[in-house]
Amino acid sequence: MWQVVLFNVTNGLIIGAFYVLMALGLSLILNLSNVINFAHGNFLALGGYLAYTLSPALGYWGALLVSPLLTALLGVAVERLMIRRIYNRDPVYSLLLTFGLAFVIQDACRYIWGPNGLPMGLPDMLAQPITPALFFITWYRVFMVTIVIVTVVGLFAFLRHTRIGLRIRAGTFDLETVATLGVNVRNLRTFNFAVGCLLAGLSGVLAAGQIGLNPNMGDDLLMPSFIAIIVGGVGSLIGTLCGGLLIGMAAALTTVFYPSASEAVIYAILMAVLLLRPRGLLGEEGMFS
Amino acid sequence: MSAFFAAARERLPKGQDLIVLVVIWTLLVTVPFWLPSLGGYTALASKVLVFGLAAMGLNMLLGFTGVLSFGHAAYFGLGAYGAGLTLRYLVHSTPLAMLAGTLFGGLAGTLFGMLIVRRRGVYFAMCTIAFGQLWYYLAYSWNDFTGGFDGLRDFHREPIGFGRFTFDITQGETRFYFFLLAIFAAAVAVMGLLLRSPFGRTLVAIRENERRARFLGIPVERHIWLSFSISCFIAALAGTLYALLNNFADPLTLHYSLSGYFVVMTVIGGMRTFWGPLVGAALFVMLQDYISSMTVNWMSFIGVIFILVVLFFPRGLLGMRRQTRSAGKA
Amino acid sequence: MSQFDMSIRRRTLLKAGVALGASQVIAAPFIVTALGEEPVKIGMVNPLTGVLSALAQSEVDGAKYAEAEINKKGGILGRQVQLLVEDSANDVGTGVQKTRKLIDRDQVDVILGDVNSGIAYAMSQVTNEKKVLHIVPGGHTDPITGTNCKWNVFRVCNTTSMDANAVTPELVKRFGKKWFFISPDYAYGHTLQDAFIRALTKLGGTYDGDFLPINNTDFSATLIKAKGYKPNVLLNNMGGLTQINCMKQFTQFGMQKDMALGGALFELESIKSVPPEAQTGWWDMEWYWNQPNVPEVVKFVADYRAATKKTPSARDWFGYVSMHTVRLAADKAKSLDGPKVAKALEDLELPPDVALQPGKVRYRAGDHELMPNIFVGEAHSPKSGPDDVFTVAALVPGEEAAGSVADTGCKMEQPA
Repeated sequence: MWQVVLFNVTNGLIIGAFYVLMALGLSLILNLSNVINFAHGNFLALGGYLAYTLSPALGYWGALLVSPLLTALLGVAVERLMIRRIYNRDPVYSLLLTFGLAFVIQDACRYIWGPNGLPMGLPDMLAQPITPALFFITWYRVFMVTIVIVTVVGLFAFLRHTRIGLRIRAGTFDLETVATLGVNVRNLRTFNFAVGCLLAGLSGVLAAGQIGLNPNMGDDLLMPSFIAIIVGGVGSLIGTLCGGLLIGMAAALTTVFYPSASEAVIYAILMAVLLLRPRGLLGEEGMFS
Repeated sequence: MSAFFAAARERLPKGQDLIVLVVIWTLLVTVPFWLPSLGGYTALASKVLVFGLAAMGLNMLLGFTGVLSFGHAAYFGLGAYGAGLTLRYLVHSTPLAMLAGTLFGGLAGTLFGMLIVRRRGVYFAMCTIAFGQLWYYLAYSWNDFTGGFDGLRDFHREPIGFGRFTFDITQGETRFYFFLLAIFAAAVAVMGLLLRSPFGRTLVAIRENERRARFLGIPVERHIWLSFSISCFIAALAGTLYALLNNFADPLTLHYSLSGYFVVMTVIGGMRTFWGPLVGAALFVMLQDYISSMTVNWMSFIGVIFILVVLFFPRGLLGMRRQTRSAGKA
Repeated sequence: MSQFDMSIRRRTLLKAGVALGASQVIAAPFIVTALGEEPVKIGMVNPLTGVLSALAQSEVDGAKYAEAEINKKGGILGRQVQLLVEDSANDVGTGVQKTRKLIDRDQVDVILGDVNSGIAYAMSQVTNEKKVLHIVPGGHTDPITGTNCKWNVFRVCNTTSMDANAVTPELVKRFGKKWFFISPDYAYGHTLQDAFIRALTKLGGTYDGDFLPINNTDFSATLIKAKGYKPNVLLNNMGGLTQINCMKQFTQFGMQKDMALGGALFELESIKSVPPEAQTGWWDMEWYWNQPNVPEVVKFVADYRAATKKTPSARDWFGYVSMHTVRLAADKAKSLDGPKVAKALEDLELPPDVALQPGKVRYRAGDHELMPNIFVGEAHSPKSGPDDVFTVAALVPGEEAAGSVADTGCKMEQPA
């Protein structure tokens, strides 16, 4: 019995951790640039695939480090070439642009790496269960949660204590004033987008170890990330964090009693929030009205 | 009475608009004759009509009111499922199925619109996406009722009885195409009248400057909600036609990728024009048909087209060479 | 409305029209005329993009290989064969639209497809309406040759009942009667599990199980439940990538020490894409390349490898058989007319160089289902080569596994 309880808690943490990582990246980009990055799931896939290609040369740990950085670089290119031009226009254009980008990246992945699923090799020590009794908790799961915690803490610390982080947070509230104060807003936005893509790429590498690689792997994570943001409150990163954990836990707990409904519960939470507290749990009124 | 007729006559298109109308309708009515010689086929034209209708409905919200919904496929799909479920479980009647589907999708949109009408911009769009995905999820999980992942099957169009005379639309591509054209004409006429009315002008005013509209005493939220509802009803109607076209309803008609296609059609054709979405739908459907036959990598091409349109042709095909127009005229 | 300059407006419209028209003219297919004759056109609709693309591509490969082979030997009824392939993109609307395109615009005589059973069914409504022969190479859902059977529809691959019935006796014999099911929560998963339950309870077995969402990625909850139940065999009924993930997590948790693993299909393409620890378990193959005792198969595999640089899987064989079926039926009926070819196909037996396995392989008249052998065996890591990942233990004749026509619920209506 205690096995089941312990299992639920860890599983909820793991699922929640994934949603959080993805949602934070999306949220960052959304808050500062007002752009919904439809291609976020595909940056995730790209991160995973790049790690796959790099790991023979750099080993798993090297790939884990380098792949998200490469994804971020790609994000910079995309932002500079395309997204930058549509910032002050009607939001429909940014949606369409990232939507089209999603198609292109997904097809590129399929073209370069093939439509079949690919396995991602893990270092042996990570693939073991931590104790025979707790056979369902492999070291890899512990590792994943640890990485996510470190990344999230790092992100929040960065936003709080560095100058760039401060500017990003200020820009979320009033970009015009920030620009007036002499900050190079264009570079700030590029940097912000790159950080978002870095998070997506990291999620991809972690996900690849768990579920393997395939061109559609990001699609299933995109919607829960949206919902995490809406539930947590648009404009608040801590809200996104809470939202992601909430729906992750809810999904995991539901799996125990009624497995087919584990996705349904996420949507139920969404509707409940929209009905009862439309600005989200920690959202700020007036953010987007 | 004469004042009423005068007002109505005011609403009718005249001059250049009339010529455009005549050209477009001539083309549409004669499709079965010229399309095959260009390598097309009538079923393709039927699909263009259905998607074009949905896109024109979306355009009422997007182009004329200036509000972005990226989840309109939900109402389209609900219309399809509504019609299909009616035909399968309730009664073998095409008109009733169409009514049920349109009501289902339209009401869902109306009720949802009430929830989010105070939001704007990107957040509004996000909510519409999430709402759409909710229905998608329901459709493919509820196996016993909706057929789940495989879609709703075992229903088909029924002949329509007009008293003694029965109009059989079950066989024959051409006959069904004209049936679609008739419904399309009716819906488009209603939309056209609406958009030329004071209500339509108010929508444009809201699009141009919401704050000023509010200062003028216009109940902005109510107008946006109405515009949203009407667009959902039209999308749902288009959905019922789609179900009749395929004799099938499947979860992908609810997915956000279809929503994206509708938005692209509207933008490619010209967001702020009346016929733009139809032209966009024609272009998009034919392009997709052509490209997917040529290469497996058609997704890249479609994606690139999206990107090019956004970056270089944001006004769309019919919006490209617009003269400056006097403010306030739609 | 908009105030356009009339000439500019007309110009824009004309430009659009010309662009559209030009694209369509270029799109019209090239007609290969040999000796001034029209080719026999066969249309194939398959999900070349999307989650089923790997399987669909194999079917296309097999069909193209057969097309070349048939043309080298003189074609069908003296005319060359042309295979037109369209992508259904795993979307019903597109699949139906492409079917209409192939029949109305391209005037094909036969339709093949789709891997996705839902799409295959929707297509069959169109082909039935237009009286065109329709062969389903690889869509598995039972109603296609069961409750929804049609006079113009024939199927190559097995029904879920056949697959379940074939592997159950072997699993019970080797491992025991207490089973745990993991099945996807949609039509295919339900029919498959029901078929297994029927076969199992006939042998006096007991079971428990879970239905999971189709895209489920994490199986820990269910695997823990399974471990607690202590079954003899765990049945992995998930498909595609979810099946692979389930296998990986099963072996990660070390559960192969406690129970055996089995199920219906674990296709060659999937086996090759899992890490070695997950290449395990007892499954059905609907056709397997490694049959050293059958000379036709040895030759076929060698020729196929030379031509395509890959080893044929069951899916390649499906595409191959579908094309040759058209040739055989047309030769027997001396015509390509839908009802006549369909009649000729009933009880048609495949010759050894098409059947590529021992025994009598024919299309059963009652339900239009092909009755091949079902290869029951064990998956393992590569032995003599990267494709040697399966060893056959038993060959179950299709008729034996299929049950009677009455069982399928098929009531065939002849064409009007």
